[in-house]
Amino acid sequence: MRTGQKTKKKIKIGWFVFSCSGDNTIIMVETMNEYWQKWRKTYDFKYARVFRNNNILKDIDIAFVEGAIASERHKARLELIRKESKKLVAVGSCAITGLPAGQRNSFSLEQQETIDFLLKRFAALPRVLRVSDVVKVDEIIPGCPMKSEDFVKVLNKLTSQLDA
Amino acid sequence: MHRDFDLNLTHLTKIEGAASVELRVRNNKVEHVYFKTTEYKRFFTQGMIGKPYVVLPQYLARICGTCSNAHILCSIKACENALDIIPSEQTMVLRDLVMDGMIIRDHALHLYLFVLPDLFSKDSFLDFDDSDHLQHQLLHDGFDIKAAGSYLSEIVAGRIVHGVFPVIGGFVGFPKKQEIKQAILKLEKIRPAVLRLIKVFEDCDFKFDRQTNFVALTPSEYGFLRGKILTGKGRYIEEKNFRDYFEKTILPYSQAAAFKHEGSPYLVGALARMNFAKDNLGPETKKSLGKTLSSFPSTNVFYNNLAQAIEILHCLDHAVNVLKTVKIADEKPVDAKLKQSTGIGIIEAPRGTLYHEVILGNQGKVLGGEVVVPTQQNQLSIERDIAALVETFLPQASQEKILFEMEKLVRAYDPCMSCAAHFLKVKWL
Repeated sequence: MRTGQKTKKKIKIGWFVFSCSGDNTIIMVETMNEYWQKWRKTYDFKYARVFRNNNILKDIDIAFVEGAIASERHKARLELIRKESKKLVAVGSCAITGLPAGQRNSFSLEQQETIDFLLKRFAALPRVLRVSDVVKVDEIIPGCPMKSEDFVKVLNKLTSQLDA
Repeated sequence: MHRDFDLNLTHLTKIEGAASVELRVRNNKVEHVYFKTTEYKRFFTQGMIGKPYVVLPQYLARICGTCSNAHILCSIKACENALDIIPSEQTMVLRDLVMDGMIIRDHALHLYLFVLPDLFSKDSFLDFDDSDHLQHQLLHDGFDIKAAGSYLSEIVAGRIVHGVFPVIGGFVGFPKKQEIKQAILKLEKIRPAVLRLIKVFEDCDFKFDRQTNFVALTPSEYGFLRGKILTGKGRYIEEKNFRDYFEKTILPYSQAAAFKHEGSPYLVGALARMNFAKDNLGPETKKSLGKTLSSFPSTNVFYNNLAQAIEILHCLDHAVNVLKTVKIADEKPVDAKLKQSTGIGIIEAPRGTLYHEVILGNQGKVLGGEVVVPTQQNQLSIERDIAALVETFLPQASQEKILFEMEKLVRAYDPCMSCAAHFLKVKWL
């Protein structure tokens, strides 16, 4: 790099996972097979437990949130993510619709009775929530799992907005 | 020096899903280790009740993203066994290829993204130094191997995760000639990278030895879908008898239950498979491995990583051989004749033995079932090994060192917490 050349600041990415199968995480990681060299120059994965030990939840530019919200602890965490992030994207079916992670919401009374003690034991919410039930969502990437090209499209769109 | 302390590793990183470890040490002895699944239950084995059986494989795939295609194949096997469906030879070949694609991608994800940073004292694979020859090479290798495995999954299973082509009775989509050609090229291209990966894990000096009982489905040719369950005591168990030999144990501190075999912890996964079946690997794979295979059988849990690297090579060689020699044609899935029945399917998922049971009514409605995943079976082994490992570091080692060594050990097991947190019908004590 030439002396004096202005270094562009990397965009800080957070990848957060709540109640789900983690399928969108796999698609994100597999999308990286094609884009990793470009992304290493453009993005700083500040928080992504799939990638690193030392995760920092502070001043995130784009937060991707996968999974449904199943407990008060999840809710508080999601609110903190929203507070610390410029943009928040709900990724995949569980985050956007609450399903299938929240299938217990529509269980019969009989099914509900068999699981009630477990919900109490682990302090789960009575009903599983969508991400948008808790915080404001800027973008969504639907799918179970999301499509790789949809992820790249939203990432590029938000990158352009932040660059501007 | 007497040491008393408690350690709480609340967020284990670089594993599949969410887990924590709680450790209590008193007077230099580990009093307890709790390896906890902190994922919230999603109640799949409750939710399956009342669903038509045809949707079951896709539904249960949602237990876990990375293992989804294994859940699909296992659920298909359980339903086919319930309904006496015999899949065609081509279907079995395609299912083997689905496993090959998944194993290549999934093991590469584990080895490069989760484990290699520990070997190179890095926080993340993404922090590898491009100016260092070896690290630069490994960065490229990792993404190239995963891409080749993913491509194979896409053309054979229809998707990398939650594959849409495999169904009960056969397949509803087939790879095209051009795609097969592409897959062969991609797989052959990564072979040197896989051999480099094997070398890295063969040279790795991470070591933790202990005697345990290994368990794996063991076919006559190295693979993941056929055979009987073999235990380290030399006993062969028919898959339909699995639950007579493996006992569920309730863990009040975890969202998942655990399993024992004859009252003791046991270990499933690549290390168990390699210990039992290294002689069943293909000739080309064996030739390339040379003396590396003499490392097995092994009781070093870190050799699970080496066994996974070898399995990537096996799957690559197997897939290339099949794609070059077998003609794949469009074929209708075998029809089912509905009846009231129970079916059991067992396969070797990337992380070990996976069990699906389905109980069907005579109209094809699901009346119940059970899913037992590899991580539940390794749970007690993980806890026992953490306790033994930590005691080797006492009293001198710092808590930071102990935490790091605990994480390394857990990663060697390659647990999958998304799988472990599906719902099991349990009675709490």
